[in-house]
Amino acid sequence: MTVALSGKEVAAKLEQQFPSSIIESNKDILLVKNESLFDIISFLKTTPEFDFNYLSCITAVDYFDYFEVVYHLTSMEHNHSLVVKTRCYGRENLSVPSIASLYEGANAQEREIYDLMGISFEGHPNMKRIFLWDGFQGHPLRKDYL
Amino acid sequence: MMAIRTEPFVLNMGPVHPSTHGVYRMRLTLDGEVVVDLEPVIGYLHRGIEKLAEERTYTGVIPLTDRLDYISSMSNNLAYVLAVEKLAGIKVPERAEYLRVIIAELQRISNHLVAVGSFFNDCGAYFTPFLHMYREREKIIDLFEMVSGQRLTYNYMRIGGVSQDIPEEFLPAMDRLLEQMPRSIDELDRFLKENEILLARSKGVGILTKEKAINCSVTGPVLRASGVEWDLRKMDPYSIYDRFEFDIPTGSAGDCYDRYRVRIEEMRQSLRIIKQAVKQLPSGPVVADVPHLIRPPVGEAYAHIEAPKGELAFYLVSDNSIAPYRCHIRPTSLLNLAALRDMVIGWKIADLIIIFGSIDICLGEVDR
Repeated sequence: MTVALSGKEVAAKLEQQFPSSIIESNKDILLVKNESLFDIISFLKTTPEFDFNYLSCITAVDYFDYFEVVYHLTSMEHNHSLVVKTRCYGRENLSVPSIASLYEGANAQEREIYDLMGISFEGHPNMKRIFLWDGFQGHPLRKDYL
Repeated sequence: MMAIRTEPFVLNMGPVHPSTHGVYRMRLTLDGEVVVDLEPVIGYLHRGIEKLAEERTYTGVIPLTDRLDYISSMSNNLAYVLAVEKLAGIKVPERAEYLRVIIAELQRISNHLVAVGSFFNDCGAYFTPFLHMYREREKIIDLFEMVSGQRLTYNYMRIGGVSQDIPEEFLPAMDRLLEQMPRSIDELDRFLKENEILLARSKGVGILTKEKAINCSVTGPVLRASGVEWDLRKMDPYSIYDRFEFDIPTGSAGDCYDRYRVRIEEMRQSLRIIKQAVKQLPSGPVVADVPHLIRPPVGEAYAHIEAPKGELAFYLVSDNSIAPYRCHIRPTSLLNLAALRDMVIGWKIADLIIIFGSIDICLGEVDR
């Protein structure tokens, strides 16, 4: 059985390394600051205790006031998982650090989020639309796109 | 002899091309016959299923999931209903759990038959092995037709169970299938596994290393062929998979041949699971008592299953209304394609077709 790590416990272990980067943590999730996302995920991937070598899924949700980007990380070695989230506020010029250099599997998923949600990923090698054509107006998965 | 000066050129392969198994375009940079670079171009089949799901009731989304990976609709149904059940905290009756496992494993066999059949097509054994596989798949589709009335988009699973109980003639037909299918698989395997042409064309071709596969989020038979023993039915058992005995077949070289071998072995393991499940099948209701309009509490759920092609997951967010606030589908096929570029660089176009075929994707799921 894959053990879902408690965001709270992981936060306690990250506190020293990344002071004031964690906004919220509970038993299900770990909500981190946008700008420290890359460093935290990189730390979670390379630290043997966590060893999150496999990225299950990235997705984004539009909550009107803010967008939430959700990362489902798994360690095949320890068979445990963790949900990391980050938020970006506003409707225009949104950006989140890209983790495509850590996980190649993130490449297509980040492009998908950019295409459908309009969040661009800083440091992505090829940040352009993936499903829709280049001249397409708007981002269809946003709640205000009708 | 004077050396011939060559320079790379760009070739568009697809979107409509028999070897791309759908509408997929590869923008290839070639040096003669050798692939120097590959850029995938997708989206031709994008129907906005995630957006459509936000305007339907929870039950109304099930038919949409059929149209993701249409080669294995039952598995898509299963992943989606598991996510809703997790979100709403619905308990599924025992009989429905067993039926789901039987159906999902039949679906795995039928998917692998198509995968292996079309792989041989790509290898140049044009349509003879393919039609033998289709003959076998037909028997499974007949069973699905008995339970759901459909032959491709089954729409069979329901939130809290399955849409209807199996008819009387199902179990006798199942027994015939269980008696005859292992022999058919053995027969196909005997003809094909030591086939000179298959060995020459797939052994050592398109090698994907363990580390690369994990880093690219590749799952399913492709990952296992690279030697990673990772199967969600064992690693994170959902439904009632913890009650059955089966093995996880793995490869060692991570080449096209190993991917083919893993699929053949998985079919045998699926038959093992089905045999146990049919034996233990309890009686009782097949669907839990759930209201027609489900309003799950505010929250989110992530449910993943080992679909025939790999990890298929649904991420649902509920705002306590009758429709999902957000429904994200983790696309197995799209992520399995992530490693394609590295697998094909340096190989010839003829090998590219085999490598692509050995991944086994469905464009309905890539584009959604």
